[in-house]
Amino acid sequence: MTDTTAARNLAPLREGYKYGFVSDIESESAPPGLNEDTVRFIAAKKGEPQWLLDWRLEAFRKWQTMESPHWAKLRIAPIDYQAATYYSAPKRQNAPKSLDEVDPELLKTYEKLGIPLNERAALAGVAVDAVFDSVSVATTFKRTLAELGIVFCSFGEAVREHPELVRKYLGTVVPQGDNFYAALNSAVFSDGSFAYIPSGVRCPMELSTYFRINAAKSGQFERTLIVADKGAYVSYLEGCTAPQRDENQLHAAVVELIALEGAEIKYSTVQNWYPGDAEGKGGIYNFVTKRGACRGARAKISWTQVETGSAITWKYPSCILEGDDSVGEFYSVAITNNFQQADTGTKMLHLGRNTRSTIISKGISAGRGQNTYRGLVRVQPKAENARNYTQCDSLLIGDKCGAHTVPYIEARNPTARIEHEATTSKISDDQMFYCQQRGLSKEDALSLIVNGFCKEVLKELPMEFAVEAQKLLAVSLEGSVG
Amino acid sequence: MLEIGNLHARIADGREILKGVDLAVKAGEVHAIMGPNGSGKSTLAGVLSGKPGYEVTEGQVLYEGRDLLAMPADERARAGVFLAFQYPVEIPGVNNMYFLRAALNAVRKQRGESEMDAGQFLKAVRAKLKLLEIGEDLLQRGVNVGFSGGEKKRNEIFQMAMLDPKLAILDETDSGLDIDALQMVSRGINALRGPDRAIVMITHYQRLLNYVVPDRVHVLSAGRIVKSGDAALARELEETGYGAYGDAA
Ligand SMILES: Nc1ncnc2c1ncn2[C@@H]1O[C@H](COP(=O)(O)OP(=O)(O)OP(=O)(O)O)[C@@H](O)[C@H]1O
Ligand SMILES: [Mg+2]
Repeated sequence: MTDTTAARNLAPLREGYKYGFVSDIESESAPPGLNEDTVRFIAAKKGEPQWLLDWRLEAFRKWQTMESPHWAKLRIAPIDYQAATYYSAPKRQNAPKSLDEVDPELLKTYEKLGIPLNERAALAGVAVDAVFDSVSVATTFKRTLAELGIVFCSFGEAVREHPELVRKYLGTVVPQGDNFYAALNSAVFSDGSFAYIPSGVRCPMELSTYFRINAAKSGQFERTLIVADKGAYVSYLEGCTAPQRDENQLHAAVVELIALEGAEIKYSTVQNWYPGDAEGKGGIYNFVTKRGACRGARAKISWTQVETGSAITWKYPSCILEGDDSVGEFYSVAITNNFQQADTGTKMLHLGRNTRSTIISKGISAGRGQNTYRGLVRVQPKAENARNYTQCDSLLIGDKCGAHTVPYIEARNPTARIEHEATTSKISDDQMFYCQQRGLSKEDALSLIVNGFCKEVLKELPMEFAVEAQKLLAVSLEGSVG
Repeated sequence: MLEIGNLHARIADGREILKGVDLAVKAGEVHAIMGPNGSGKSTLAGVLSGKPGYEVTEGQVLYEGRDLLAMPADERARAGVFLAFQYPVEIPGVNNMYFLRAALNAVRKQRGESEMDAGQFLKAVRAKLKLLEIGEDLLQRGVNVGFSGGEKKRNEIFQMAMLDPKLAILDETDSGLDIDALQMVSRGINALRGPDRAIVMITHYQRLLNYVVPDRVHVLSAGRIVKSGDAALARELEETGYGAYGDAA
């Protein structure tokens, strides 16, 4: 078979990045640039209390003394932080009280994205908090949740309605000066989601946030804080898309999770920011700090991520296992195609006794993509009988891409049991031919093999997300086999 | 059903492996192709099934009157051409059963049949498993991963039975099988035999042909069919070897 027949067969299926549209919505923005006035502008726009402004300013001053990290295996074009816009909000009179009051253009955007923002969501059992550029637009199902004492709202609303909770936990897992991007976020974060599950309550539905960057030249700096009180349970989903633009856009989010004694938080992400075009032009810089703390005995935090978008991904969702018998998990699929780069992994910090962690990382590289797993497992002296199991698999498609594994292990207690397994494999021509000889098209064959490779991670996703993720994997790899 | 005329094919380094193969297989027939190592038997199977890496420089192949060589590999498969691999390929992570169901549904779709749901599929699977005496545990493993040599060959025949092809090309499916497995595989092949189907078996051994008696036997030597006959030819070869045909090319 010649290459041209293959190309012809592929063409109709190559739909490209289908979320790349720009919505025609009037927005209100801060003037470009970053100084203390920008920070004050944001705080004033959001009507924030003095303590939060002070907190932001402290972060900003820290950020000014910091440098962007250079240890990751990433090639990043210099970012001009003075050229970006740090606040962009859809223009409107007052906050909408119901969906009817939301700008129809905005709702159309969400419809295109396939987000179940209205009652359809009830059937799907998803409560959605949607963040458009910087402001949380609508939160569904608040009432149902409120009956159980669950708070699920935008970050801004949480600051107004539940300041004591926000103040108690904000910055306790990711301090302002944690790293360059976290400091930037702490200074200029715009909105995000907040959830609090009271003691003993099992959240009856998946909580979900969709993030969307719409405005040009704007960065998105959302901040998410989730607290599960003693014995509570919550599963949280996060999805992301962005328009197709030629310049790179910055996304520097911070997510903090706090699980108290016996609580469990399951946090799943399907990240499909715009990856840039086939020549490597444009795309999102996804520089995100995600960390969870198990603050009591038997607490559990589980991160699941499917990273398909972004030009560059710099992200290490981590767990601080403070409580005895607490559990941390990290399940990850990261795809890099064309010119995408990903440096992602996790940190598992074992502080308490009998703490356990599991890391399953699946990296897929195609085109000229570069994929690095970077992980740290640290067992502190007091962490008797800590256990970790790490499995790191890389799959290569073609011979111009790369996969790298950088595991750090620091065991400071002799009772620690740490296992690390790593494999690298390549989809062979023989495998592709075998599938085709059984009647499968190249695309189906690829998707079958890739989904097989990722299934240990995909099975951790909630059902409706797993299906979406599978499709996304196939789309992300389009054109990677000729 | 299959008409091969003056087929020439070469490999990437330019070496010509098939040097004018002529072969006609009618529906309902079973043909055996024998011949020394390296004579081009697997190459012929590869060219017929659309395996990349071969260049056809001359000749043509008609399958049910269509130009087979113009069709991409997956289209050939969906049109009913099945190859049982001499060396079945391992696909880690892909469940054998799931793989087979995807393949079967692709083929059924082509035939205008509806997709099989999990229940129907399982029923069909169980019936065939029994015929081939394959354990169900084999289905839950990755495609061919960790299968013994014999299990891989049986899995090929099992797939063939499920996919129900019109033209089956079996490349040394009998090699490496113990006596019991050879009988099972033979049962599988005989079950497929029928007026609408054709089977081409590549083999080195007479013993398979005792169970699956061929209509025609061909000797492929140095890229050409140098002798054809009926089942008796195979028995003759078993005694005399290929010596008599070695220089024919
Ligand atoms: N892809 C390839 N690359 C290099 N050489 C090849 C390739 N395919 C076939 N050949 C060569 O072509 C010749 C014929 O090989 P082929 O596999 O068709 O033989 P065969 O008749 O099936 O032999 P056997 O009985 O050992 O299976 C051999 O010399 C082999 O090395
Ligand atoms: Mg061979």
